[in-house]
Amino acid sequence: MVVKQIVELVEGKVLIGASNLDFRVKAAFGSDLMSDVLAFAETEAVLLTGLINNQVIRTAEMLDLKAIVFVRGKVPGNDVIELAKENDIVLISTEMTMYKTSGVLYSHGLKGISEE
Amino acid sequence: MESISFNEEGSLMKLEFDVLKEDFSRAGEASSKIKKVLMQLGIDSKIIRRIAIATYEAEINVAIHSEGGKIFVLVKDNKIEVLIEDVGPGIEDVEQAMKEGYTTATQIARDMGFGAGMGLPNMKRCSDEFFIESKVEEYTKVKLVMNL
Repeated sequence: MVVKQIVELVEGKVLIGASNLDFRVKAAFGSDLMSDVLAFAETEAVLLTGLINNQVIRTAEMLDLKAIVFVRGKVPGNDVIELAKENDIVLISTEMTMYKTSGVLYSHGLKGISEE
Repeated sequence: MESISFNEEGSLMKLEFDVLKEDFSRAGEASSKIKKVLMQLGIDSKIIRRIAIATYEAEINVAIHSEGGKIFVLVKDNKIEVLIEDVGPGIEDVEQAMKEGYTTATQIARDMGFGAGMGLPNMKRCSDEFFIESKVEEYTKVKLVMNL
């Protein structure tokens, strides 16, 4: 799924990275536990999370995840946004809950990891 | 038991980083720098990913659980070795610590999203060789080897 479509589907706001939303992600992974993300997430996935600290960006950086959707209306601080910018990671915020965000994306064809 | 150590012979490059106790604003910086250096060296991206995950988990462990420590990376012809050593409480039961889901993470760490108890298992899974050694109330050392 193209990231631009993700933004539309979750009625999201792009916090950083708006200039390039045309790339695709193959899957999504939702979690608030960083070590679970490190254990399970795969490259070319979008991360859905309610955690907004800088370690979320570091985790994404280690896994080459290129987009993060913050759910439940969460918005990270400027230092976190800056770190994402340095690492070319798109940050999106949505008012939707994790469950609804997952459901919306899944029902439009974005699969979970290792499902393709 | 033979103590974990580095053999620097044959190494093309050595990197060294400090990790500070509970400094979560900076934790992850070392792993990030290591990843960028390895990318510049043209190392296979799948191997870089495994190294990145393992060193990041180790770096976070040092920040969460110890009084501070160091990460060393040795780049050799046919492998990359990562040695993480810290000063601190050590690990009382290593076998238990290696179990998925087992954690002794502090509240501060859990609030950051850590403490899922996957750190050591992730590190082992990502490396071709994994060594761990600890002395209670003194230190913990982990050595990872990734073949190129």
